Amino acid sequence: MATTEITQGAAQVANDAAALAAKAQALAEQAAMAQQAGGAADMLAMFMTVFVLACFVGYYVVWRVTPALHSPLMAVTNAISSVIIVGALLAAGASAVGFSQAMGFLAIVLASVNIVGGFAVTQRMLSKFKKKQK
Amino acid sequence: MSSTLSALLYLAASVAFIMSLRGLSSPETARAGNFWGIAGMAVAVLTTLAQPGMQVSLWMLIAMAIGGGGGLYIAARIEMTALPQLVAAFHSLVGLAAVLVAVAAFYSPASFGIGVPGAIKLGSLIEMGLGTAIGAITFTGSIVAFAKLQGLRSRALEAMPMQHPVNAALAAACVVLLVWFCLTGNEAALWLLILATLVMGWFLIIPIGGADMPVVVSMLNSYSGWAACGIGFTLQNTALIVTGALVGSSGAILSYVMCKGMNRSIFNVILGGFGTGAAAGAAAGGAKEQRPVKSGSAEDAAFIMKNAASVIIVPGYGMAVAQAQHALREMADMLKKEGATVRYAIHPVAGRMPGHMNVLLAEANVPYDEVLELDEINRDFAQTDVAFVIGANDVTNPAAKNDPKSSIYGMPILDVEKAKTVLFVKRSMATGYAGVENELFFRDNTMMLFGDAKKVCEEVVKSIGGGGH
Repeated sequence: MATTEITQGAAQVANDAAALAAKAQALAEQAAMAQQAGGAADMLAMFMTVFVLACFVGYYVVWRVTPALHSPLMAVTNAISSVIIVGALLAAGASAVGFSQAMGFLAIVLASVNIVGGFAVTQRMLSKFKKKQK
Repeated sequence: MSSTLSALLYLAASVAFIMSLRGLSSPETARAGNFWGIAGMAVAVLTTLAQPGMQVSLWMLIAMAIGGGGGLYIAARIEMTALPQLVAAFHSLVGLAAVLVAVAAFYSPASFGIGVPGAIKLGSLIEMGLGTAIGAITFTGSIVAFAKLQGLRSRALEAMPMQHPVNAALAAACVVLLVWFCLTGNEAALWLLILATLVMGWFLIIPIGGADMPVVVSMLNSYSGWAACGIGFTLQNTALIVTGALVGSSGAILSYVMCKGMNRSIFNVILGGFGTGAAAGAAAGGAKEQRPVKSGSAEDAAFIMKNAASVIIVPGYGMAVAQAQHALREMADMLKKEGATVRYAIHPVAGRMPGHMNVLLAEANVPYDEVLELDEINRDFAQTDVAFVIGANDVTNPAAKNDPKSSIYGMPILDVEKAKTVLFVKRSMATGYAGVENELFFRDNTMMLFGDAKKVCEEVVKSIGGGGH
């Protein structure tokens, strides 16, 4: 009597376990598919993370800049914001010749003025800041 | 080059840019900081050139050489007093470059990996639209700022009647166009958006007065960063996103510092808040009776300063206009030889861009440890014999402390009135930018030195040199 009950119970548990395993498998497959489809969304989340963290880094780094050097700060931030040349190069370097490529070339020229000019003028300013000679 | 490697190199470039800003925390590390910046830029450019599918052509190098040569030429030739204009002009280039890159990405999205023409992903459209809009505003806004700083005059730079309602309507139109573009990816929407935001940038800066330019230049600096950021999202490039965020927050912080230095909100500055205040102040000034002022000659000033043990010099925009920094430093050297301690006090909004005075004084070989900020030196005026105010006005006006009705009330000022004697170098009795009468001019311990800032300094130098020996 007791043994049949136990056997029946064990069989039940085994069945449940098998069903559960199947369910888990299906879920895992679903998750994998969702991950592939949601790749773009994940990328956006990642870039947002980078962006927000960079804003905080910028906030703390810039507050530490001494007010005496605020002009060089503007000049150097202006120079580094021309890292947009990356986009210009990608556009100009595309294999298809056309309008976009022309835009790219123009953007390369503009960004280059800024990069070289920005760093050079920063250097010029900074070279004037001297301590008292004793 | 594998995508992992290039991602790591872009990360390295971002870190180098952070280091470059970090270097500016002290003048001793600042030059090293600039080299970090250059290194970061080199890494970013080379990494991009090494991307798979990249057709590196001679033309690219020529384009870079043309731009770079132009930049180098301008940077080497520019007068230090013209720095604010230069920075504004440079901002406009970043803005335009952002617009061009966005347009390029719109017409050949495949080369940026964001879809095919006509079917660009919604996310990319949003980023592209924002980058374009901010870039276009930065472009024309910076041109207007440049023209104003350069002192150019034209009908196109004058505010129209109803400027603010027009701007509000235009801003609404920009938002509508942006939404239209993001939802449809329509070509016409893009060009209309560019057109509208170009006009927007122009109209936004027109009503803002010259002395508010430190805020405007900082604000445009910030915009150029956010534009780069928007493009960075489009291109999914971390170096662009990080750099854009750094520059964006830097400009925002500078705008905040400048606004605080005038005790005004950013909205107040953008809406040109001093327009009405200036008119009211002028009317009140006209109604007042003529009050006596004590004016003196350069010889008198030389005599007073020669007998002073301590002198604090307060430079303002007038010094930059007159290019008086070299003559001023010569005067300071003479006074030091006579045994006085000479220091400089800089108000946060002195000049036309943040830190403008510091650069000019550094150019004239004034050691940076003699140049102090408002909160470092303000308490020392009470123990000072002579405060020598050259080309500054509003930033010394006690009305900011004791006249709640004044339009500059609440603005932090340099307490020059606490010095034993105040010497004011000024061209005339005209009020400053805020249009507020300066009570200090009429005090007993004040002496006005009327004339061009540079000439006055030179004459003082002559008197000190010739008088005593």
